[in-house]
Formats: sequence, C-alpha cells, structure tokens
Amino acid sequence: MGTPRTLGSMAKLIRSKNAGPFVLTIDVMFDARESFDAVVVSGVLNANMLAQMFGVAPDDVAVYVVAPALAIKISLPRPVPSGAIEDSDIFGGQQYAPLVELEVPA
Amino acid sequence: MSVSSVARGAVKAYAGTGMLGSGFAESSLRQAMAWSPDFIGVDAGSTDGGPSYLASGTSMFGEGSTTRDLEMLLRAAQDAGVPLVIGSAGTGGGDRNLVWTRERLGEAARRVGKPFRLATIASQQDAREVARALREGRVRALPGAPDVQPEDVESCDTVVAMMGAEPIAEALAAGADVVLCGRASDAAVFAALPLARGVDAGAAWHAAKVLECGAAAVTQRAHPDGMFAWLEADGFVVAPPNPAFRCTPQSVAAHSLYENADPFWLREPSGTLDLTGARYEAVDERSVRVMGTRFEPAETYTVKLEGTRLRGHRSMVAGAIRDPYVLAQLDDWLAGVREEGTRRLDQSFAGVPYDLVVRQYGRRGVLGAREPVVEPSHEVLVVFELTASEQGIAHAMADDVRHIALHHPIPEWHGLITVLAHAHSPAVIDLGPVHEFALNHVLETDAHAPFRTHIETVRP
Repeated sequence: MGTPRTLGSMAKLIRSKNAGPFVLTIDVMFDARESFDAVVVSGVLNANMLAQMFGVAPDDVAVYVVAPALAIKISLPRPVPSGAIEDSDIFGGQQYAPLVELEVPA
Repeated sequence: MSVSSVARGAVKAYAGTGMLGSGFAESSLRQAMAWSPDFIGVDAGSTDGGPSYLASGTSMFGEGSTTRDLEMLLRAAQDAGVPLVIGSAGTGGGDRNLVWTRERLGEAARRVGKPFRLATIASQQDAREVARALREGRVRALPGAPDVQPEDVESCDTVVAMMGAEPIAEALAAGADVVLCGRASDAAVFAALPLARGVDAGAAWHAAKVLECGAAAVTQRAHPDGMFAWLEADGFVVAPPNPAFRCTPQSVAAHSLYENADPFWLREPSGTLDLTGARYEAVDERSVRVMGTRFEPAETYTVKLEGTRLRGHRSMVAGAIRDPYVLAQLDDWLAGVREEGTRRLDQSFAGVPYDLVVRQYGRRGVLGAREPVVEPSHEVLVVFELTASEQGIAHAMADDVRHIALHHPIPEWHGLITVLAHAHSPAVIDLGPVHEFALNHVLETDAHAPFRTHIETVRP
C-alpha cells in the first residue's frame, strides 16, 4: 500500500462546465494510462461519494469512463439553473474545486 | 498535414474559430484556404453565459471583434467561391441577435465590397404557439427540466427553437453564398453541407461536433483559432491549420466530453450520434482519423427549445469585512443583518415582493452550501443583491440593506461600528433586468416548420 495521492496531482486536467443551463458536467482527464487506470480501479469517483460532495441524490449522478480519452466524466444536476438569482457560477467553471484535493487510495 | 493521406473526393470543412467574435490567427485562415475547403462555418451561439444574451438580444462579443471575424471569413469565402455558414447569431440566436449580426455582416460586406446571396434563417418562436404545442402534447420535458405549464411558456419574453441541418442545407441548395442562422445546433452548421453531399451521417455529425468549437480539440489551445476536417465516405480526418497546434487521438476523443452531459450519445434534432464504437488513429503528429461513429435516426424529429423569462430587476452592493471579531461570527452577523434588513424593508416597502441574495466571497462565494473548507478567512467580501419588479425599487432596497449592514453591531464592540469597507461611491450598483431560463424542452415538429428563411442579394 502506497500513500494516497490527490486527484489533482494525478490528472492533467480537472474542469467543470455547464452542459446546458440545467446540468453540470465535470471532466477528469489524464495523460498517463497508469494514473487513469489507478483512479478507475480505486473506485473513488463513485456516485455515492460524488452525490455527497455535490449535495445531490446518488441516482442523479452519472459517471462515465471514456477510455479513448483517458477521461472520467461526471454529470449531475446544477443546484440551481445557470443565471438563476441564487446562482454563483454562471458557466459552472469552478465547481470542480472539491475534487482537486480528493485523496485517491493507492 | 499530408493531403495525400486523405481519400480523394473528401468533403472539406473549415471552422473559422470556435465562437464568432473570439478571434483567430489570420495565418491559420490562409493555411486553411490553401487546403481548399468546400465551405467555411462558424458558430456564434451559446447558453453558457446565462439567459441575458437571448433575453436582451445582445451579443457576448462586441461589434468590433464580430465585424473583424466576419470580414475575414466573408472575404476568404468569396475569394474561394465557397459558402459561409454562421450559426446561432449574436449568442442567443433570437430575432434581435439575428438583426444585430446582420448589421455586422452588412458592415463586413461593405469592407469586402462584393455582392452575395444571403439566406437568413430566423428561429424565434411565438411563445403562445409553443404554449399551444405544450397543451397538445407536442412539447416534452428533458431530464432535469423545470415543471412548466402553458402559462409559464406564455410568460417567456423570448423563445427560440434550435434548428437542425435541414434548413441550412435547403438554403445552400437555393444558392445562398452566406447562411446566417438564428439559434441552430452548433454541429448542424458543419453537418449540413457534408450530409447534402452524401457523407455518412455518423462521420458528418461527429466531424461537426469537433469542428463547432474550432481549435478546442487540439492538445493545448493557446488562443481561439480554426479547425479543418476532411470528410471521407465513412470517417474523417481532422487537423488544425495552425502549425503550432496539434490534434492527437486523445485530444480529439476528449473533445466529445466538452459541454456534453453524456460523452457517448449526443442528441441532434434528427437522431442520436453514437460514439461508443468511435476509433481514433494518428495520421501524423498533427492530424487524426476518426472511424466507426454511428448515427441513429430518431423516430420523431424534435427541436430543442430555449426560453427566457423576466425575473425582475436587480441591484447589488458589495462591502469587504476585515474585523476578525465580525469574521469569527460572520454567519450569525449576516443572519442578524437579514433580520434587521427585512424589518427595514417591511417599513419602507410594505407588501412589495423582493428577493435578497447574500454572497460571501473569500468564504463560500463559489460553492455556497457545498463548500467543504470551514477555516475562517481574514477578509471576506459580502455582496447583497436585491431583486424586485422595478429597478428603482431594487436600488432603494439595496440602499436600505446596505445601511443596516454598514452599522450592524456585534457583542464584542460597545458603540456604533462601521463594518463594510466599500471601494466605490455610490455603493449600490444597478445590474438591470435579470432573466431566467424557463425551458429545457423539445418540440416535436418537422425539420422546417419552426424556421423562416429569407433570401436576398446583398449589394455593398
């Protein structure tokens, strides 16, 4: 067993963006096949954990493993639609932040 | 890019940039034109910036930058004798966005100085017609859509339908040199001509999905720029004309993730693009061949609807807090401000509805209730936003709340304190009308009925 690493240190890019005004989508992308495989195998990016992190129901979280792109994609409902008066992030561009320091079990 | 590695007879498509008005390198356009594209396309639309652009009819990019891009693309297209297709005019694609972009195109045409046939395809909808379609069961909610009743649709100030490839192909077949679209599927701008030339639908739509964001599918996009595709019988090759950029199998595969909820199944009006079998192979160090994408035609043709509704008028006031005693109890202090502020607004504006939103930048301004970090900050910017039916009311309400917050006490200090550090005078800023997206629905229709095409000769 090695020491846990953060998702941010293993990925080449973690980003979030609207997929339309009502859905938030997060891409976790890798350069190295080993890092991608390690994160997939660890199961750390699972619907239950993500639901808790983003305050939605587990059934509303979709996780896609996109092997040709060495990427994991997460889509979930926005807390409020883009541009609603309570919205704090119109483009959804900063919502990935809690994932950056997520520990990936070795 | 070694052109010899592309099948003879390929349909060649060039995306001038990812978003009209965001710019591109002149040298990239020159290189792309040396590859002899069959048409140039450029997308101009997005809902990413929120509802305001559709609702107000304004563009996310200004006059100067939009006219510059249009002039260069129009000149290149006219010099080469190939069509130019512009999607989702003026960000929102509504009628006012379309008129605004038509004016920029007119200015670009004056600078280029050659006449052309222009097809303008309007996509704004009569909200009452859409409400009737909802009553008749021809409007379906997409997952996550708000609960919408016909009267909600009727209260929308602007509704657009997103066209597919068919109205664009029809305009091209009618001899248009330039097609200026209202709201259009980003990919339809690039799929229309290849589909009309008989390219396989899987290849045509997948290539279009890559092209619509311009150079976004390269490994590292230093600035907005163009992208080129060679569409073969059952696949396509994609490469950036800018020699400083390169596509790799991974970068092109990864692009299917961008801004889509589902990376494998991408919905278009006429069907669904199935990327599960897509294969990506390097042609050389800068170009990629994509094969194996399938397109499954839909049983029912649908167009996506976007609509905005006026929520009110908004004013804001921002004030920074540096006092460690206040910051140590910021949630309690803000709850007190809200309570006292509400009391004051009830005095000044009895019975007048409003919304008060409070933000805490430096603490949980971005993530709100999802913020996992709990350590106190040494400095926080507090923002109070008042939304009411009229700007004047929102402004006056913001001043009421501002004054309550300015002096709201804490137990540690005995006497009148001044808590908010304002950087500006006046402190209250009017944000204007605020709209919300009211629709996330599709309309069952045929490919042409919701759209109105006007063809004219532009003589600069």
